[in-house]
Amino acid sequence: MSSGALLSATGVTRRFGGIIAVDGVDLHVREGEFLSVIGPNGAGKTTLFNLISGQDRMDEGRVMLEGRDITNLSPRRMAEAGVARTFQHGRVFGNLSVMDNVLIGCHTRLRAARPRVPVVAPVLEILRALIRPASVRAEEAAMREEVRAIVATFGERLTPRLDEPTYALSYANRRRVEIARALALHPRILILDEPTAGMNESETVEMRDIVDALKRQGRTILLIEHKLDMVMRLSDRVMAMDNGRVIAEGTPAAVRDDPKVIEAYLGHATIGGGEPAEASLMPGTSRAAGGVQ
Amino acid sequence: MGSILSLPWFDFTVSGVVIGSIYALMAVGLALIFGVANLINFAHGAVFTVGAYVGWVCAVALGLPLWATVPLVALGGGLVGAGIEYIAIRPLNRQSRIAPLLATIGVGLILDQIVHILFGANPRALPVPMPGWRVSVGQGSIGPIDITIFVTAVIAAAALYAFLFRTRLGMAVRATAQDEDAAKQMGVNIHAVNMAVFAIAGALGAIAGLLVGIYYNAIDPNTSFQIMLKGMVAIVIGGMANVPGAIGGGVILGLIESYGIALFGASYRNLFAFAVLLLMLLVKPNGLFAKGREREAEPMTGTFVIQSMPVRPPGWLLALGVAAAALVPLAGQPYLTQVMTNAFLYALAAISLTLIAGTVGLVSIGHAALLAIGAYASALLTIAGLPVALGLVAAAAITALLGTALAYPAFRLRGHYVAIGTLAIGEIVSLVILNWTSLTNGSMGVFGIPPLTLFGVDFFSTNPSYWLVLGLVVVFALLQTRLLSSHLGRTWRAIREDTVAAETYGVGSNYYKGLAYGFAGFTAGLAGAVTAHQFSYINFDTFNLLTSVLILTIVILGGLGNVTGAIVAAVLVAGLPEMFRVLAEYRMLFYGAALLLLIRFRPRGLLGSG
Repeated sequence: MSSGALLSATGVTRRFGGIIAVDGVDLHVREGEFLSVIGPNGAGKTTLFNLISGQDRMDEGRVMLEGRDITNLSPRRMAEAGVARTFQHGRVFGNLSVMDNVLIGCHTRLRAARPRVPVVAPVLEILRALIRPASVRAEEAAMREEVRAIVATFGERLTPRLDEPTYALSYANRRRVEIARALALHPRILILDEPTAGMNESETVEMRDIVDALKRQGRTILLIEHKLDMVMRLSDRVMAMDNGRVIAEGTPAAVRDDPKVIEAYLGHATIGGGEPAEASLMPGTSRAAGGVQ
Repeated sequence: MGSILSLPWFDFTVSGVVIGSIYALMAVGLALIFGVANLINFAHGAVFTVGAYVGWVCAVALGLPLWATVPLVALGGGLVGAGIEYIAIRPLNRQSRIAPLLATIGVGLILDQIVHILFGANPRALPVPMPGWRVSVGQGSIGPIDITIFVTAVIAAAALYAFLFRTRLGMAVRATAQDEDAAKQMGVNIHAVNMAVFAIAGALGAIAGLLVGIYYNAIDPNTSFQIMLKGMVAIVIGGMANVPGAIGGGVILGLIESYGIALFGASYRNLFAFAVLLLMLLVKPNGLFAKGREREAEPMTGTFVIQSMPVRPPGWLLALGVAAAALVPLAGQPYLTQVMTNAFLYALAAISLTLIAGTVGLVSIGHAALLAIGAYASALLTIAGLPVALGLVAAAAITALLGTALAYPAFRLRGHYVAIGTLAIGEIVSLVILNWTSLTNGSMGVFGIPPLTLFGVDFFSTNPSYWLVLGLVVVFALLQTRLLSSHLGRTWRAIREDTVAAETYGVGSNYYKGLAYGFAGFTAGLAGAVTAHQFSYINFDTFNLLTSVLILTIVILGGLGNVTGAIVAAVLVAGLPEMFRVLAEYRMLFYGAALLLLIRFRPRGLLGSG
């Protein structure tokens, strides 16, 4: 276990029948660090994130968060421990307003509304929701104020739509709602699973700026992303996976130039194989968005 | 042990296999339909009944021999099956996955009512001449009826196999079951496949109806739901869309029932079926014959609540509505007041179900069980000497607790399985009431329940009783509305929309489903208890499956999750028919048609879903 890591996963393994989707992966994230995981489709990135965030159970391995063992906790306990994640295809609550969606992110922090008394807690929770003592009202008002503040960080995109159901929002706005919901959890670590999936170029740039802002707030972030442009610009460190294993790890520049990474993406080890191939791995070019999708 | 060994086990095995092969005929049809159309056909029991009566017309009224009767019955059942597909399934065009299931409930009610109208409500004999010999085997024997039924079932299964594996349409059916979109792209006419499957299932179900009629020498228009449930249990045992599994499941269920009856007595027959059903759903939801871990069923939470904004009537309009309702007794028509009292009792039940089915997304077809628990609790406690006021509150609390505990196994189920699971739980409650004679007086029911007197004040005569019920409706509607605007409201709706995402943000979905069931159980228990004191007599059948379906219809009409909508719809569905004699006479027809038309034309309900 590397010292000083906020989150450290060691020997994470997940088998599906005969296939080893994630094979003995180690992953360490320091407080305030931005770590990206890249790799071709089917490399095991999302499976790895699902294991770390409790969506799936690992066959072997161990995950520690701030020295606490959180291996194979249920998603609910993960949330309580401070792990917040977004989903690859976006999972907002379609019939709930933007406000309610983000308020669900506050759920683990409700104290007055959710009494922790054993046995009678269910009755108390209903009674408090009916009677609404001052403490419950103050808590709810504070949470709503906070949600407005979080949503306001997305500029004028969401604020006017706070009371609209999210099914009426654009795809990009739904992704924003999802990130806002994750931030409302006050996460110790934020796991973003392809936040720009399915976005066009301008939306991608906008999402990159949002994630950049999150990084500058000093948050600890774990990112899966296909679009290398974003990964290269934002990451402190990059981990490349292929066939369930880590094939390279280090600074963005070092991983980008690693022949094993290039081979995994392109099927051959030398960059000289063709001009488009080289271009697709270089940040800042127009091809950066597409390459591996 | 000696006495158990001396039972005629061979005869029990024979009757188990014979009844089991009939269940298998039902189950094969359900499995085929589940395979291609991805729904449980609740009208399948009605096809069985139709088959029995077509058989009666052919064999008794027309005097045709059995070899001519069977194909005619199959033809009749096939036509009815195809009709169900054409009327209930095709127009829905897959708008949501629970919708066609509800539509088939509607069609089933309509078909049953038609049989009632044509043939009356009483059972009839179905004598089919059979040779009198029996073959002795060891201590037991096999008769020609047993052989006829078994052979007919085997021939039907063989014909089905030949169809599925030897014809082009059969290949299309199998392809559609595997991947509907891919089949469509290859030019398979999905409508034709669906109709063929419904027709085949109908033919098999109708033959099953005829065979049961011959076996017991009696046909009964009131068995549709029971036999459909048996078929459903069989496919749950066999693995839903697994056709050979359905045959195995049917025979296994037949044997379990037969041995169970041998050991515990006939009144436990259905209890076994539902206990097996619940056990299977919890332990092996993919069926006994599933190979390892199969593809998880797609999540169906929230799929019925259509994205819509509910209508929010202004406060003054609601106040005006309540005031108008309070003035109803002043019209001086006691009958009208009684009808409205009954309608508002349904409203109270519907408010509680709209929380569970609408807000939380657990579409329950067993809600009457909560009413029954409340009714029995209050009836038994007050007969034992508790004042009625305390009895009502205690009954509500007991229902909240017991209802939540009973429904708890269904919390981890999804989509169709919730519907099946709640149905099974509802039937189990009814059967426990029937069989727990020392507590509930069994099939005799409970007499002499004290009238509604609260703190010495009369609430049993027509007008006070009306105002009491109206008051309860207003109070519980307000309480529920207040809950919906709290953190509980958004948490419940989030669970309905996406349970996985809600859990990921720290929401304990089972705990919050439990809270919803607790509150709904309190409301429903109160509704049942008040009903019991008004009727002064209740039995295990006072709150039956039809009650559950009726409450669900009200909830859908009002708009899932919509409290005001539930009250308005209760007045329309439970009140209106009683004011017109014709509607009251053909009540089931009215309910069935209402359900069918609603699902088809206004699935979001009158006031929109919340």
